Order: sequence, then structure tokens, then C-alpha cells
Amino acid sequence: MINALGRPQHVLLLGGTSDIARAAARAWARESEGLRVTLAARPGGGRDAAVAELEALGARVAVLDFDAEDTAGHPELVRRAAAERDVDVAVVAFGVLGDEEQAWQDHDSAVEHARVNYVGAVSVGVPLAELVRRQGHGVIVALSSVAGERARRSNFVYGSTKAGMDAFYVGLGLALRGTGAHVVVVRPGHVRTKMTAGRADAPLATDPEVVAAAIVDGVARRRDIVWVPGAMRGVMSAIRHLPRPVFRRLPL
Amino acid sequence: MSDDDRLLTGWGGTAPSRARAVTACVHDVADAVTAAGPRGIIARGLGRSYGDPAQNAGGDVLAPLPSRIDLDEGTGIVRASAGTSLHELIRAALPRGWFVPVTPGTRYVTLGGAIAADVHGKNHHRDGGFGAHVRELRLVTADGSERTVSPEQDAELFWATVGGMGLTGVITEATVAMMPVESSLVRVHTRRIDDLATLMTAMREADRAATYSVAWIDTLARGRHLGRSVLTTGEHATATEARAAGRSGAGVPREPLRVVPPRVPGGLVNRASIRAFNELWFRRAPRDRRGELQGIGQFFHPLDGIADWNRLYGSAGFVQYQLVLPDRSEDVLPVVLERVAERGHPSFLSVLKRLGDEGPGLLSFPLRGWTLAMDLPAGRDLEPLLRELDELVLSAGGRHYLAKDARMSAHTFDAGYPRAAAFRRVRDRVDPDRVFCSDLARRLEL
Ligand SMILES: Cc1cc2nc3c(=O)[nH]c(=O)nc-3n(C[C@H](O)[C@H](O)[C@H](O)COP(=O)(O)OP(=O)(O)OC[C@H]3O[C@@H](n4cnc5c(N)ncnc54)[C@H](O)[C@@H]3O)c2cc1C
Ligand SMILES: NC(=O)c1ccc[n+]([C@@H]2O[C@H](COP(=O)([O-])OP(=O)(O)OC[C@H]3O[C@@H](n4cnc5c(N)ncnc54)[C@H](OP(=O)(O)O)[C@@H]3O)[C@@H](O)[C@H]2O)c1
Repeated sequence: MINALGRPQHVLLLGGTSDIARAAARAWARESEGLRVTLAARPGGGRDAAVAELEALGARVAVLDFDAEDTAGHPELVRRAAAERDVDVAVVAFGVLGDEEQAWQDHDSAVEHARVNYVGAVSVGVPLAELVRRQGHGVIVALSSVAGERARRSNFVYGSTKAGMDAFYVGLGLALRGTGAHVVVVRPGHVRTKMTAGRADAPLATDPEVVAAAIVDGVARRRDIVWVPGAMRGVMSAIRHLPRPVFRRLPL
Repeated sequence: MSDDDRLLTGWGGTAPSRARAVTACVHDVADAVTAAGPRGIIARGLGRSYGDPAQNAGGDVLAPLPSRIDLDEGTGIVRASAGTSLHELIRAALPRGWFVPVTPGTRYVTLGGAIAADVHGKNHHRDGGFGAHVRELRLVTADGSERTVSPEQDAELFWATVGGMGLTGVITEATVAMMPVESSLVRVHTRRIDDLATLMTAMREADRAATYSVAWIDTLARGRHLGRSVLTTGEHATATEARAAGRSGAGVPREPLRVVPPRVPGGLVNRASIRAFNELWFRRAPRDRRGELQGIGQFFHPLDGIADWNRLYGSAGFVQYQLVLPDRSEDVLPVVLERVAERGHPSFLSVLKRLGDEGPGLLSFPLRGWTLAMDLPAGRDLEPLLRELDELVLSAGGRHYLAKDARMSAHTFDAGYPRAAAFRRVRDRVDPDRVFCSDLARRLEL
């Protein structure tokens, strides 16, 4: 169960090797002794490292093999994650961000973005919603992005997939009203993780720990939408409302 | 039986979960229990527990049974349905010269809830917990059978049910020995006390001298004012005293005022409002006043005067942190108070009471020593502070009250309740499949 101050006992990380998801799990593990973490991720060194890191903090970690593109396997995966105990928080963290110029010109790349970031997110969202409804409680955290707020020339493939997944999870949050379950849509700006490694910082760039703290707080306070950093909300609102001719000329 | 889905929380308004609300009369409790699905069932009283013991996410929650009171005026033995509230019981019994043997700070609790939490009153140091006055119980267990348990008949199950937070079965009826009183008034001695050492001395004194004692502490006061408080002690007034004061002495507590709107904006209860309230409360209290006659409601249930006062905390809700420290580690009390004050977590209504000996209830809270309860708005950095306090309390040999708890870990619970293993063994015997389940049971891995 999640306690009165929003601290979970069991979290499920989908895309368990994500730097942001790992930072969130560390933050929860520091405050919940014996936290249980189920890491759903592709096998490999990244996953092993994530397990070791969380175990060192006293968490009890289980792993499940997970591929975002294997949509047929998702309902069973979610069922297995909740077989032993309720899932208090599920974090939908997997995602890909490839070379943007390649992404709109290379068929394979565009389709991979769409499959992982949008189709995969919808595919886990449905069984997760079913699970939290049955439990009568539970929080789904969806890692969206400011890139979905208004698709820009520079990253519209990634942005369009995030816009789609964002809309899906905002809608899911509305659909789950009154069921005891809750959805938190998190919209970070540029975060320094392996996804953005080698890229120059965008304005208001932050670190995974900052996003993690915002996730912990958003879960505890049952927020619907969380911008990270908070100032992103105003920035994106301005960008969203720029007249198209101005928007087109900006190097965004 | 009828049912519908509902979002439930405890009195603190935190961690809502959805359950099917099941209504049953005494005869179909067994049906409701055997019809429970994979997520089980739990009985609910009036929801005055602060946390999650009377909610069951994804499962069934059984509403209180209709009230029924059968009082033997000669002996003061009352047989009543578990859904009867102490409010109803007091209104029925007081005019006939009987009072409940133990009452919590609100009378809007059911008999079932009072037994399941083995509630304590301001007289615990003298009269023990509510369970000590229960002669026998009717209990519907997981197999759907209804049985009588008492200190003589299946004592093990009886003492697992007293304080057992509904996890051994549904109490349908209880037989309780009431307390004879000559009037409905209490003779009260109120005094302001400037520091903790003086307060503790006065309260140890009251252990011997007073039937009822309780102190309200200003937890925002620091330094040499740490423990600044208002101590009240009381005795039931005699008929002569009541008459001399020109009061018939037969008055029963009134219904509460309904003044709090259903939705209150957050932030009403904050540092500034709490500081102002504490200041006012302390100054309003007389320096030393003896012999004041107060009604039952005024003395025992001052908060019941205003219905739904808990909503003033807004949608984020609040937690009550209630701990007990055994006498041998009473020096930890100022450390706890200092820590809370220094972190600036404001609390209205922090209450300090003496408790008497630990009873036989396997999960009963009281231990001989000091119990402190603080209402704290659910805020951002409250959890880290309370985790530090958890450690302090455990290393002092203390524990936390399940009826108030909404956040402790399974580990903290196990460390504070060494008889939890014995409790689980009783559960293994009468409810091996864990038909009785609550959010609290899941959280504490009971
Ligand atoms: C303002 C205020 C002051 C308080 N002061 C005190 C105090 O001074 N001392 C003290 O000890 N407590 C105090 N309490 C706590 C309160 O007395 C307990 O939480 C009590 O258990 C509440 O009873 P309820 O009927 O509301 O039960 P609920 O809160 O609805 O349920 C409490 C527990 O009882 C179980 N239960 C209820 N009915 C049954 C049944 N028929 N069979 C089996 N199990 C059942 C539930 O499953 C649950 O585990 C206070 C609470 C408030 C709000
Ligand atoms: N970093 C940013 O600036 C930023 C900003 C806004 C939003 N976000 C979003 O935040 C989330 C987490 O990102 P991050 O910054 O933590 O990046 P990250 O460390 O790269 O994490 C993304 C994870 O997704 C996993 N993944 C990719 N394809 C997968 C697949 N087919 N199946 C299973 N897992 C797959 C990767 O796992 P492997 O280890 O198996 O490759 C990787 O660990 C993403 O949804 C991202 O879009 C990031």
C-alpha cells in the first residue's frame, strides 16, 4: 500500500534501466525501508547495474524481462509484476530518442520511435489501468515530455510520440477518477541522462534526481500533471501560444 | 444485503482507496463474510481511526450494524450491537446512572471500533483499556460461524480480537460492564503549566490522585517553555455536588454543530493559524481553577462540539502521530518535542496522557508510561521527520497506536509489537486464507 504521506511499498519500473526511473526508485528506497522494486527491462549489464544499485540501498528487487515492442506480452507481464503483492506505483519510463534528422527520413527509425514511445506506452497502459482498478488503489506515473506540448521542427518525430502518449495518460487519469487509482503525467524538459548524452544542454536542463524528487512529490500529493522544472510550465505555455509565423522562424 | 462502490479514507483524509460498501443486518453478516471476494472484507465503524484500518482497497467493507442497546439497570451490564456508538450508549445509560467505563476523545465511535482498537481514555492509568471491561463478544469468523469469545472462552481469540483491528472477524455484539455514576457532571481541576518537568511531575502525581487526567501541550513552544501546557484532571461529581450547583445532573451530551462546509480550501491549517490557536488556548486557560463542574461532552469530547472538524485540513489531510514511551525512557519525551518544534511542523492539539500497565490484548497499544499524540498536516517533508521519530520511539522501547497510524512501515510495526507473531498465529488458526483484510493489514503485512 501507499502510506498516508505517499510512500509506496512496491514500485514497478517499466523501462527499469532508465536513469530517471532509477533515480525515482533510489529516492523511494531511501525513505521506505525494505522497498520492493520490480524492474521490468531488457536483460543486460544496464539492468544488472540497476539491481545492484537498488539492493545496496536496502531495496528488495525482482526483475522481469520486458521489451516495449512486444505488446502481446504486456498483459502477462503486468499480471506477473502484481502476482505476489499490489503494485503501489508503476512508472512508465521506457523511451527512445534517436537522431532527429534521421528519425523523419528513415522509415525504421520513425517506426521505432512510434512503436516504443507511443504504441508501447498505450500497450502497458491498458493492463496497468485494469490492475489498479482491480486493486482499488495505485498510481501510474507516465514519463511524458515537454517535447509533446507543441511539436517543433527540431524533434517532431519524438515530440509527436510523446504528444500521443501524453494525451493517452491524461485521458486515462480522467477515466480512473473515483476508482481509487491515480495517474501522474510528468513533463520534464531536458534531463541529463544517457538518452541525451553528448547533446548540449537545452535551457532549464536538469538532472534525474530533480525529476525523481518531482515524481515522489507528485505521487504523494496526487498531482495530475508535473512539470520539471516547474518553470517549464510557463515556458511551454508561451511556446504553445506563439503565432505560427513567429513559431516557424524560431530555431526550436 | 446491498452494496455500492465507495472511496474511503480514515479520519485524517489521506490515502483513499475504493471498496465495495456492504450493508448487512446481524443475521446476514456471515453471508457477507463468506461472499467476500479474493481481496477479502473488513468491518468499519464510524471511520474515526485516522489511517487505513477500516478500508479495504478492491475488496469489501462492511458498514456498522444497526444500533441496539440492552442495559440491565441493576447491574450496569449492557449487551449491545457492535454498531452502537458510544454517543448512543451514553445517551441511553447516563440518565439511568451508568457511564461507559472508558471513552476516547470522541464519542462518535462504535462499540466494535472501541474494542477492535482497545481504546484508552483519560483513566487508563487507573482502569485500563476498553477491552478490560468487555465480558464477552459475539464474533463472526472467516468460516462464517458465529461464536462467543470471552476471557474464559477461547481467551486467545478474545485477546486477539481486543485490539485486533477487525482482523480476526466481525464483532456483532458485545457485553460490557458499565461504570456507576451519580451525576452527568465532572468536577474538573484545570491548571496552566510552564514547562515539561513540572508537567511530568504533576501528571505522575495525578496517577495516584485522579481518575481522569490529560494535558494539552503547545508543541510550538521551545527552550525553557518546552512542554508549556494545560493540565486537566477530573472526577465524576456526586449527586450532592451536582444539586448544590443547581444542576440536575441528568444532562446528556448534545448533538454537534454542523458548521464546516463539505469542501474546504487547503492551507487553512498552517503554521500561523496553529501558532495563534495555541497561544489563545494557553492564555484562555485558567492559571489554576478547582471544582469547576463540566458536562460529559465538555470534559471528555470537546472536539465533538463541531462536526467534521477534520475537513479544515483541506484535501491533503493530516496524520495523527501517537506514540507511547515506557516510563524507563521518559527522557526521550523532550527529545521528541524538541525535534518536532525545531523542524517547525506545527500541531494543534497535542495531547499527553499517562498510560497504565500493558493489557493482555495482543496488539493493544498501551504500555505503562507516556503517550503523546500530535495532529500534523500532511506536508512535504513530514515523512522524513516521522521516520526519525519512529527510530527514537523504537529504541526507547515504545510503539505507535494502530488506530492513529497511517504511515509506519511493517518493520516499525513488528519492532514495536513483539506479540505480533502470536497474533499472526491466531490468524493462522481462525483465518488461514486471510478473508479479513484491510489496507492497514496489507501495509503492515499482518
Ligand atoms: C477526535 C478523536 C479523538 C480520539 N481519541 C481517542 C482516545 O482518546 N483514545 C483512543 O484510544 N482512541 C481515540 N481515537 C481513536 C478512536 O477511538 C478509534 O480509532 C476507534 O477505533 C474508532 O472507532 P470507529 O467506530 O470509528 O471505528 P473505525 O475507525 O471505523 O474502525 C477502527 C477499527 O475497528 C474495526 N472494527 C470496527 N467495527 C468492527 C466490528 N464490528 N468488528 C470487528 N472490527 C471492527 C475496523 O476494522 C478497524 O480496524 C480518537 C479518534 C478521534 C477522531
Ligand atoms: N532525458 C530527457 O531529457 C527526457 C526529457 C523528457 C522526457 N524524457 C522521458 O523520460 C523517460 C526516461 O528517459 P531517461 O531520460 O531516463 O532515458 P534513458 O536512461 O535512456 O531511459 C530510457 C529507457 O528506455 C528503455 N528502452 C528503450 N527501448 C526499449 C524497448 N524497446 N524495450 C524496453 N525498454 C526500452 C531503455 O532501456 P535499455 O537499457 O534496454 O536500452 C532505457 O533504459 C523516457 O520516456 C523519455 O522519453 C526524457
